[in-house]
Formats: sequence, structure tokens, C-alpha cells
Amino acid sequence: MAIALDQSRTKREYRDVNAWTRLKANSNWLGFWFMLPAAAFLILFLAYPLGLGVWLSFTDARLGREGVFVGIENYDFMWDDTVFWLSVFNTLLYTGVASIIKFAVGLYLALLLNENLPFKAIIRAIVLIPFIVPTVLSAIAFWWLYDPQFSIISWSLKKMGLITQNIDFLGDVWNARWSVIFANIWRGVPFIAITLLAGLQTVSPSLYEAATIDGATTWQRFRHITYPLLTPIIAVVMTFSVLFTFTDFQLIWVMTRGGPVNATHLMATFSYQRAIMSGYLGEGAAISTAMIPFLLAAIMVSWFGLQRRKWQQGGDND
Amino acid sequence: MQNFTRRALVKGGTALGAASALSGPALLEWAKAWAQAAPWKPEKGAKLSMLRWKYFVQAEDDAFVKLIQAYTQATGVQVDISRESYEDVQPKASVAANTGTGPDLFWGLYSLPHLFPQKCLDVTDVADYLGKQHGGWVDSAVKYGKSGNKWIAVPICYSGALINYRLEASKKAGFSKFPTKTDEFLEYAKAMKAQGTPGGFALGHASGDGNTWVHWALWTHNGQVVDANDKVTINSPETVKALEFCKTLYGHMIPGTASWNDASNNKAFLAKEIHWTNNGISIYVAAQNSAKDVAEDMDHAYFPVGPAGKPTELHLMYPILAMTYTKFPQACKSLMAFMLASENFNPWIQSAKGYLTHCLNEFDKNPVWTADPKTTPYRDVAKRSLTAGGLGSVGEKAATAIADFVLLDMFANYCTGREDAKGAIAIAERQLRRIYR
Repeated sequence: MAIALDQSRTKREYRDVNAWTRLKANSNWLGFWFMLPAAAFLILFLAYPLGLGVWLSFTDARLGREGVFVGIENYDFMWDDTVFWLSVFNTLLYTGVASIIKFAVGLYLALLLNENLPFKAIIRAIVLIPFIVPTVLSAIAFWWLYDPQFSIISWSLKKMGLITQNIDFLGDVWNARWSVIFANIWRGVPFIAITLLAGLQTVSPSLYEAATIDGATTWQRFRHITYPLLTPIIAVVMTFSVLFTFTDFQLIWVMTRGGPVNATHLMATFSYQRAIMSGYLGEGAAISTAMIPFLLAAIMVSWFGLQRRKWQQGGDND
Repeated sequence: MQNFTRRALVKGGTALGAASALSGPALLEWAKAWAQAAPWKPEKGAKLSMLRWKYFVQAEDDAFVKLIQAYTQATGVQVDISRESYEDVQPKASVAANTGTGPDLFWGLYSLPHLFPQKCLDVTDVADYLGKQHGGWVDSAVKYGKSGNKWIAVPICYSGALINYRLEASKKAGFSKFPTKTDEFLEYAKAMKAQGTPGGFALGHASGDGNTWVHWALWTHNGQVVDANDKVTINSPETVKALEFCKTLYGHMIPGTASWNDASNNKAFLAKEIHWTNNGISIYVAAQNSAKDVAEDMDHAYFPVGPAGKPTELHLMYPILAMTYTKFPQACKSLMAFMLASENFNPWIQSAKGYLTHCLNEFDKNPVWTADPKTTPYRDVAKRSLTAGGLGSVGEKAATAIADFVLLDMFANYCTGREDAKGAIAIAERQLRRIYR
């Protein structure tokens, strides 16, 4: 009897060591628990809304009313919707042109600010202003600058005798597109400039000294020292910049509401108009969901195209 | 200073009228007497909350708050008021109707109650009572207020959109009065532009000004979005005529109207850049405060009439509805009736200075319409207005078509030359079919 009892006890202890105690000591398992709060946050606030949005795009939900599953009906309608394709075109144009110019101007500004200028701190602070001003405010300022009747740009040009009639900034299809792109560039440059500046400051001066001694020109120093050392920062900054530009909403909504005749509707503003203004949540969700592949592609390009890992790990930069 | 002038104006208007505004103790006494006599007795301990559209004229809101305070004092019913931009009342009300919680009363835009007619408190008794007391409802109000045989909302007021034009420039162009026919109107616009005093209508996404004028243009050429059975009939020769009319008119407008929003024409008119446009009375009210010369040299007129041969205007209506989930239906009804009692409604509508127009015939007599003849056209707004959706139903579909700028985009597409008539109509038709399916 006593032996039997003993036996069973040892057996149980043996089993305990095998499963639970081991698990308790397992650092992976512990790591899982530590990660859980963060994962819960991500699931609750990121994955769930995203999943819900995608689900809504397959239903005919209206504002304040649940919908039923309708399959790809919303996408089917969008496929033949000229306004939708126009908004895709606008978004790509807006993102493409604005991002490239923002990068060029931002990099130039960063290089300039990295030089030894008088009043460096103040100038750097001033550069940040467009980024600090709330978007809605700057959008309203631009709306006035572009006003068909009261534009100060038109007014000045008229006074100088260069034009006789006000420029129709936001009323003409292409004028409107360039105008909103310009506003976006103005707003986005500081972010890129300051971030790249931070990157520039991590580049060791001794590299430049060595290059100068070797007789490298300014361009060579930029091409072979600054640019390669800056690429990881560029990758991050441009990813963010493209994402922000692609999903821009406030500037457009305040200045044109997607007009004239939908020429400046971005996918984000178009989705809002369909989902919230008109109440077609399902269709609006489908338009937003259609942005996901584009965003993924943008991330992939900047991640794999610009992020060269080899040299970071000590290898050659091919 | 501005407030002072406004108030002085209101007071002046009141003194002229027969119905003088009650204030202070007199108002309270009257309110108490009214509460005694009214057929609806608020439940014990009733408390109401109301979501209303946000005011355009501060004096209107002041008068409204005063009215609600008198109601609270007379009946003991607390009323919480919250305000939202008029476009945002609808989504909130839809969610409240769907979830069964939220404010007891919603005061929003035209077709609001028709989005969820089964969730609206039956207020037939209130509407009948008010109609009998105040000389009857105008036709458009009946259409907006009723669903089947039941009244599901009480139409409170309209906000009118009519022609605003400058007198002297028009005279110079050879028009002593604003044209009353559409073909005259084209000549007028042409002559005005030729002499350097053009005008314009918004063709951008302007929820108010843009939608009102394009609906007028379509309807006055006998075009219709849908027929009486909600069948889409936009693809018609009449629509083509309306498009052609608008394109000619667009050629005579000031450049840039394709980017206009609701505020653009106000500021251009006040800055003397444009000389005719469509708007509520807000330009005139603002001009009286800040640009007296403009105020003196402007007037208002009805929209010209085209082949339809009768007024075909679209004005914004503000109905108030109570939700069936309210715990205090009697209090809701008594508050609705209280708002429209002559002693309350007269001073309130006067304080709005013509921005708001009544739906009950009795208030034609309100001195606000005669004290200043320039406000008189706005008196008839409710009588002249067609309902959202034209021949069709005034429900959710009509509201969606307006909110999605279907007509506005159709006209803008054609006027700016982006699409030919066929293409512009096809895009609109496709979208309307989906909305009206």
C-alpha cells in the first residue's frame, strides 16, 4: 500500500517536471506572456478595426444599420465606376509627384542645414513651422491663397501686370491638382528635412576628413559617404512619407472637397464621401480596402529597394 | 457693436409688428398658462435632451434658448440642447435610431425622419393641432412630415435659397428687376458679364448653394431624377436641355465657380466681386453689419421659371422628430407644440431675420417679412419649395443622392467640358440606379 502510494507520487512529480515546471522555466513561454499585453493592444486597436473594415466592404452596411454579406458586389460596382478610377489615378499622381519633390527638397534642405550656418538653431526651428501648424489651419491658409477671387498670388501678378485675369487655381482640373500637390509638399518637406538632418549628424566627420585627404570632390563625398550611410534613414522616412501622402485627407477636404468635378478626389476623401456623407459604409469600406494593396506595395518598394542590409552587418555595400 | 445693431434691428422689427415679443415675467406667465391649457402634460420628472442643427445666426440661438428656458420654468421639464453642424445630425440620428439610445429629440435636415420612419414617435395629434391653430401647413411641409397617414415629424422651418443680386449693376445692364424667365436670365447673365459685373452659382461640392441651384435647373426644364415610383428617369431629353442651359449660363459666370464651396459666393458678393448668386439671407444680414453700401444696393428674387412654368425651387427644411425610445413622449409632444406657439415662434423667427421661413400659413403675417421689403421673397420659400427627390419619395434615397452630389457632379462634368452630355448623364444614371435600387 505504502509502496503503491509512493510510486504514484513519484510518477506525478515526474509528470509535473515534464510539462508545467518546464513550461514555467521556458523563456519563450515567458516571452509570450510579456508580449501578450502589447499583442492585445495591437489586435484590439489595429487588427480588429482593419478586419472589420475589410468585412464591411463585403456587406451592404449603411450608416447606423448593419448590412448583410453581399460578396464582392461593392468591388464589382467600383470596378466600373469612373470616379473610383479617377480617384486612384489622382492618389497615385499626388503621392508620386509630392513624394519625389518632397524627398529632393527635403534632402537639399537637410544638407544645407547640416553646414555651419549662423543662427543654426533658429533656422532649424523655422524650417519645422509648416509641420507644426495644424493641417487644417494650413489648408485654410492655402484655400485663401488659391481663392478664385481673392488669391494674393493672382492679385500680385495682376498688379505687376503679368496677368490680366485671376488664376483659377482650384477650379481648373490640372491647376487644382498641382495646387493641392504644392500644398502637400510645403507641409511635408520639414518632416523629411529634419529627419534626414538627424541622420546626417550621425555620419562621423572623420570619414569626410579621410575622403578630403584622398582628394574626393564634394559630389564624390556625397555619393560615396553621405548617401550610403543615409539610406536606412531614407528608407524609413520615405516609407512614412509615402504612407502619409497616400492617405492624405485634411488638405484635400478643406481646400476642394475632391472638386472640381472630382479631379482632386483621393481614395481617402472619396471613401469618406461615400461612407459618411452618403451613408454607404460598405462601399466606403471597399474603397479604403482597395488602398491596402497600394500601401503594401509602397512599403515593399521602399523597404527592399532602399534598405541594404549587407553593409549594416559589416559586409560590402554592393 | 455688431450685436447691438442686430438686436436693435430685431427690436425695431418687433415694435412694428402686431405680435410683440414677450419677455421676462410676462413670458413666464404666458408659458405657464400655455402649459395649463395644452393637451399634452409632460410626465412627472421628465427630462429631455435634444440634438439640433447649429445656428447660422447667433440671435436665433439666443431666442431659442430663451424659449426653452421658459418651457423649463413653466413645466419643470429640463431640456438639454446640443448642437451639430446640420450635415452631422443625420449620421448621429441614424445611429441613435438603430441602437435605441441617445437624445429624445432630433432636429435635423429635410428627410431625416424618413430614414427610419418606424422609429419616429407618431406626432399626428401635434401636427393636426398646430395646423388647426395656425392656418394650416404648406404642401411641402405635409410631404416632409408625413409617412403614410401618420405624421412622423413636425416641420419647424425652412431655410430659403434665393437669388441675391445687385440693383445698380442690373439696371445698367438693362434689367430694372431680376428676370423671371430662364431665357431672360441667360440674357441677363450675358449682359452682366459683358459690362464687367458677373455673377455665379457654385459648381463645387457645396452642400447647400450648389445642390439647391442645380435641382432648380433640372426641374425647371422638366427633368426629373426619378418618377413617382422612384424609377430613375434622369436619362431624358429634358435633362439634356437643362445641361445645355447650365453650360450657357456657366459661360456667363465669373470664372472659378467649379471650385466654390458654400462660403465662396458669400465672400465674393460682399467683396463686390460678383453681382448675382443664390444664397440664404445671410449675405444681406452680413452686409448690413459690415458693408452697408452692398446691403442698400442689393435685393432678393425668386429663381426664374423655365419650361416647367411654375416655381421649382429646392429649399432646406428642418423637421423635428422624437424617437420612439423616449421615456417621455408627452413631454416631447408638448415641447414641439410649445416651439410653434405663436408667442414663441414669432419672436424666434424674427430673430432669425429672414434666414428661416415658417411652414404654417399664419406666420405669413410676421412683421419680419414686411418690415424690410428685401426679406419679403423669403416669406414664400416654404410654399415654393419642392421636396428632395422631386416627384419621388422623400426618404433615404433622395437624401443620399443629394449628399453624394450626383446632380451637382453631372452638371459640373458637363459645364466644365470634362464629359459630353451623354457621358455626364450616364455617370449620374449609373449611380442613381444603385441608390434607388
